[in-house]
Amino acid sequence: MKHTLAVLVENKAGVLSRVSSLFSRRGYNIDSLAVGVTEDPDISRITIVVHGDDHVVEQVTKQLNKLIDVIKVSDIGGEEAVERELALIKVAADANTRAEIIQIANIFRARIVDVAPKSMTVEITGDEGKVQAIEKLLRQFGIKELVRTGKIAIVRGSKKV
Amino acid sequence: MTTGSTEKVNGARAVIKCLEKEGVDTLFGYPGGQIIPFYNELYDSDLRHILVRHEQAAAHAADGYARATGKTGVCVSTSGPGATNLVTGIATAYMDSVPIVALTGQVPKFLIGNDAFQEADITGITLPITKHNYLVQDAEEIPRIVKEAFHIASTGRPGPVLIDLPKDIQNVEFDLHYPDKVELRGYKPTFKGNTQQIKRAAEEIAKSCRPIIYAGGGVISSNASAELVELAETILAPVTTTLMGISSIPTEHPLYVGMLGMHGCKYANYAIQESDLIIAVGARFDDRVTGKLESFAPNARIIHIDVDPAEISKNIKVHVPIVGDAKQVLKSLIKYIKRCNSAEWIEKINQWKKEYPLGYSQMSPDVVMPQFVIEQIAEACKDAIIVTEVGQHQMWAAQYFKYITPRTFLTSGGLGTMGYGFPAAMGAKVGRPDKTVINISGDGSFQMNSQELATVVQNDIPVVTVILNNGYLGMVRQWQELFYDRRYSCTCIKGSVDFVKLAEAYGALGLRAEKPSEVRPAIEEAVRSGRPAIVDVIVECEANVYPMVPAGAAINEILDQEEQ
Ligand SMILES: Cc1ncc(C[n+]2csc(CCOP(=O)(O)OP(=O)(O)O)c2C)c(N)n1
Ligand SMILES: [Mg+2]
Repeated sequence: MKHTLAVLVENKAGVLSRVSSLFSRRGYNIDSLAVGVTEDPDISRITIVVHGDDHVVEQVTKQLNKLIDVIKVSDIGGEEAVERELALIKVAADANTRAEIIQIANIFRARIVDVAPKSMTVEITGDEGKVQAIEKLLRQFGIKELVRTGKIAIVRGSKKV
Repeated sequence: MTTGSTEKVNGARAVIKCLEKEGVDTLFGYPGGQIIPFYNELYDSDLRHILVRHEQAAAHAADGYARATGKTGVCVSTSGPGATNLVTGIATAYMDSVPIVALTGQVPKFLIGNDAFQEADITGITLPITKHNYLVQDAEEIPRIVKEAFHIASTGRPGPVLIDLPKDIQNVEFDLHYPDKVELRGYKPTFKGNTQQIKRAAEEIAKSCRPIIYAGGGVISSNASAELVELAETILAPVTTTLMGISSIPTEHPLYVGMLGMHGCKYANYAIQESDLIIAVGARFDDRVTGKLESFAPNARIIHIDVDPAEISKNIKVHVPIVGDAKQVLKSLIKYIKRCNSAEWIEKINQWKKEYPLGYSQMSPDVVMPQFVIEQIAEACKDAIIVTEVGQHQMWAAQYFKYITPRTFLTSGGLGTMGYGFPAAMGAKVGRPDKTVINISGDGSFQMNSQELATVVQNDIPVVTVILNNGYLGMVRQWQELFYDRRYSCTCIKGSVDFVKLAEAYGALGLRAEKPSEVRPAIEEAVRSGRPAIVDVIVECEANVYPMVPAGAAINEILDQEEQ
């Protein structure tokens, strides 16, 4: 079972290594991780996707809460959250395939951000499923390089974590 | 310096001023290049500094000081090798939740990351073994960081905090202003238990006929012994303790059933297995306690009182969790409880106590049995602070000494650090000069920090070390005997050193006992001398620690010597 944790932390040097070292030391698996500063410049937000049963996730949450620099941990997965990932995909392209790739990108509301004689780079934003779907479709042309961010998530409605 | 006022000082002096503000009176440490500015300022200060002979000992001494007094211990080292030498001591304190603050020198800020001479990333190294740590970036942060460090180390679930001080920062002058309070939005330990949960616990207790209280080190660190005993007496429940919980209730208390777990008392293990309610206080269901988890206390409901929410339901499912300081929670719980219907249960336990007493047999005439030595110490040094190393002697000290007051049993339970005892005893004696302090040691463990003989002699710290000299790394030998076909691979250390001469070489008192009749007089002479002393007791070399739960077994499958 996958869980998305929103972890608010002090925006200080070394905090990310405290968090990641906790995961490796305690043997928890991280699927993805994304960090950035929040609306408050003193606070960063780490979005961590972990998998494990409820017991594991409860332990992860409690252990994270024990870190002095961790301000708050919320499990925000599921229906009530908007989740996004971003990927940049460099696809092999030539005169014959370019049109089809553009078409696929359009269907996914992805953007072509770079074009070269033998390749095109597609930027896609969406939830995990959408990113996976376009990746699958583009594979037939030959993916030269793929880079993706970790997932970020925000709760729907006016509620804050 | 008064609160609110400011004063121009350099970083090193600021640290010392802040330590004084925190009520620190003693430091254990060892100097070096990157901490010289600190030592330079220390020269003019009233703080007592005990110069150890190895930084590991400084950390253990700070730990022993903390455990014996309840105050936060402080150790100091230089960067690089000095700091890495502290690591075992910090890890030991971390595993046993002991409040210490470690100050380390660091290379100047502009050299950090350059593999400079004597640079080690000590904040990185100690990340998983400190409650928190700091690399000071700016001298002006010093007051806040020191204040936070002591607050974090000593509150909630206590633990070690490290402050890494680059050398250039120690020299920077600034206006010192010590903050009155700490503001840490990410750290707010729960102190009082939830009233609703406490009432639920009281309901569980009211329903129970076979309750048992399982007390751990948290009872000692929150000074909750009086409340623990009151709880037991009010509801009429037996009390068992973990290794760390020893001394939280007097050994001779009629409701005490001794230590439980791998080398626990048979009747303690039987009682926990047959109980219908476990009231766990400041204990964490460690694997040495529970044995095979699936068979642990099959019929018991569990109330778990702990200051660390992460301990609750970590190893075992708990029915009534209460997060809070043991003392506070017990205080409020006591208001809601009354006597259980447990007379029959107590009867049964007393029967077990008679049937399966803790005991040993004389293996051959005239040989000194190690358990006998502990009994002699118990008689000769009532209510002494007992510190141990790690091995068989540690278990015998846990089983056979008669503890009376809290904070009189100091041992490395979580990490099991050989070499802990002697420096920790030194720290305990510095903190509690009024108490007799006995380090119960093995011949192997003592050699891990024997250099501290120089420290205790130079500083006139009269701790008595009693070595149960069996010529073996006995605990490992015992496992080899029982589970590896008596193949004593690399565990014989006979003829290592003449401990009496070693003591004398350092200027300490050295005594030897080889016959049972010599044990008591030697111990008494050592204590009476008022000097640092070693009593080398030649004991039966193949005695084993019993009873014993074989690894992987349920804890009621506990065996005596004859059953092995
Ligand atoms: C630093 C360290 N190294 C190794 C061990 C593993 N170990 C546990 S008990 C023990 C033997 C201890 O021997 P001794 O101090 O003579 O005590 P005895 O068991 O003989 O009483 C060893 C090697 C340990 N606990 N700590
Ligand atoms: Mg030995």
